Amino acid sequence: MTVAAAVNETSPEKVLSPVLSAFWDEPESWTLETYQRHDGYQGLRKALAMAPDDVIALVKDSGLRGRGGAGFPTGMKWQFIPQGDGKPHYLVVNADESEPGTCKDIPLLFANPHALIEGIVIACHAIRSNHAFIYLRGEVVPVLRRLHHAVAEAYGAGYLGRDIQGSGFDLELTVHAGAGAYICGEETALLDSLEGRRGQPRLRPPFPAVAGLYACPTVVNNVESIASVPAILTRGKEWFRSMGSEKSPGFTLYSLSGHVANPGQYEGPLGITLRQLLDISGGMRPGHRLKFWTPGGSSTPLLTDEHLDVPLDYEGVGAAGSMLGTKALQCFDETTCVVRAVTRWTEFYAHESCGKCTPCREGTYWMVQLLRDLEAGKGRPEDLDKLLDIADNVNGKSFCALGDGAASPIFSSLKYFRDEYERHITEQGCPFDPALSTVWAHQPHLEVNA
Amino acid sequence: MTTEPPVSLGIPEMPPPDYPAEVRARLEADAREVIARYPDTRSALLPLLHLVQAEEGYVSRTGVRFCAELLELTTAEVTAVSTFYSMYRRKSSGEYQVGVCTNTLCAVMGGDAIFEELQRHLGIGNDETTGDGKVTLQHIECNAACDYAPVVMVNWEFFDNQTPDSARRLVDDLRAGRPVRPTRGAPLCTFRETARMLAGFPDTRPGAVEATGGAGPATLVGLRLAKGETAPGRIVSPREGGISPCEGGEGEE
Repeated sequence: MTVAAAVNETSPEKVLSPVLSAFWDEPESWTLETYQRHDGYQGLRKALAMAPDDVIALVKDSGLRGRGGAGFPTGMKWQFIPQGDGKPHYLVVNADESEPGTCKDIPLLFANPHALIEGIVIACHAIRSNHAFIYLRGEVVPVLRRLHHAVAEAYGAGYLGRDIQGSGFDLELTVHAGAGAYICGEETALLDSLEGRRGQPRLRPPFPAVAGLYACPTVVNNVESIASVPAILTRGKEWFRSMGSEKSPGFTLYSLSGHVANPGQYEGPLGITLRQLLDISGGMRPGHRLKFWTPGGSSTPLLTDEHLDVPLDYEGVGAAGSMLGTKALQCFDETTCVVRAVTRWTEFYAHESCGKCTPCREGTYWMVQLLRDLEAGKGRPEDLDKLLDIADNVNGKSFCALGDGAASPIFSSLKYFRDEYERHITEQGCPFDPALSTVWAHQPHLEVNA
Repeated sequence: MTTEPPVSLGIPEMPPPDYPAEVRARLEADAREVIARYPDTRSALLPLLHLVQAEEGYVSRTGVRFCAELLELTTAEVTAVSTFYSMYRRKSSGEYQVGVCTNTLCAVMGGDAIFEELQRHLGIGNDETTGDGKVTLQHIECNAACDYAPVVMVNWEFFDNQTPDSARRLVDDLRAGRPVRPTRGAPLCTFRETARMLAGFPDTRPGAVEATGGAGPATLVGLRLAKGETAPGRIVSPREGGISPCEGGEGEE
């Protein structure tokens, strides 16, 4: 099996497989000219020569799954769009990358926005949409600038607009900047936001495929999912399936961050492990070792150094009690206070809760109060169970997944590090020195090596 | 534009004044262009709020009224939206918005220390502005640049891998009017000019799109490794430099 074989590989050339990132080191990687030198818009040429349903079937057969966190099969999402219904269809690209730790779509779009644009045209041809939107979070102006530029280039070259490449297919693409709200990464909240409303999630069903933007059939896809489509068209589904596993095929971007020697983007087949990534990239920062990490952003339950060999694909991480999420591998070493980390994440969820449903709005508020007391050494032993109880009332009982995400760090940190919470109570304070966790705290801890 | 009454009598505020005719005409032309991009007019609300913020540096009551009139909404509907999103300012603020990421990863890596240092150095708290009107300091949430932690954003351009010293120099330069360049992004423009881009009007400055090159160094580490271009001194062997979890990690305390 591919995964088992890959586990023993340690050379970077064998572990990694750059596809999207393959030419990001070109001097002007973001331009149409560079993209075209690297097979750019060849996938579109193939797609336009195919019947739309055949494009959907190809993407479905490739096994591509959503890269935004949930892992839903992309081709199946496209297939849900009713055809011949007489309504306009829309594609909305979710570029509202805001999940703490997640940093893949923003560098992707900064380095090469054309991969996304080509994927959009292919997807719209497949679902018969004539208007697509890129909902980009507002706080990333350098990316907005390059998207504006790339969209203008694509219009100029006839990849967007009327009668694309003489195919008779028309497509308008609108770049839409958000205004600062994590919740808009939730697809139905994103649609409300794009309709000019407060970003609050909608009740489902109806799902966006039936009643999405302006109550019309709508596909909402993550940036990386759509940007992966052109390569599938160009190189074929067998090539795509040659990477990863049966249920999680293909390549993906792993974002390594935190107390590692070399943080950054590492593109490889699904199913490689954190141990492999650390081995090839230089490991943790000198003199330190891994304490806890997130496999896919702060909403995915924490894992520890027991989980270094978990295959980083949808099934592998799920079996370890967490979620692949966005493959945002935030690694924290032994200098980091887990109570501090979880308190800060919980403050984030409380700040970003949209207020629509009571469990999330009230629950996140009270979890912050308890955690702040615990971190400051003012907690009581019974607070830990109270914290778990509130988290249990938020998890699965909230209107959308933000509530589940808020509960994840609390459940998982108490599972693996309950003793650390208890130390804050018995020692009436935090036993950690935050200065040692900073990037400029260079002195290695000799006792760790002993 | 408005002068607040000295004592609030609980009487609803009078409608705000309109923009001067020349400003109104210019903004209306811009707004019509934005509205035309969407199948439904209301979708233009977020861009229009960015547009009025580009005019006055914040979303004023006049700006709210303008959006409401153009989109045939009530001012209450527009206010409900503008107060939901954190990028819309509710009061006049600095020319440069300096945001320090204090979400967990950046905070742990040094963001908390940077934010504390800037508050001390500037003598202002969160969401406050220096007396010269140059710098508004904020702590911000994760800005999708964790591989460049700790991150500081100025007018939403990236200043990666910051330290308390570099951040202090940064705000000093901003206040002194010295040119400041982000690590990823274009040479800084004012907060209001940035807001205009967010409204959907591309940056037309020569060289702005090209500035700082294709991808940042952290973005390329995986690619360089895969191509066998291991940068000397940057990527170290786990056995020589960093302790790999396999080597040093098994010893539980």
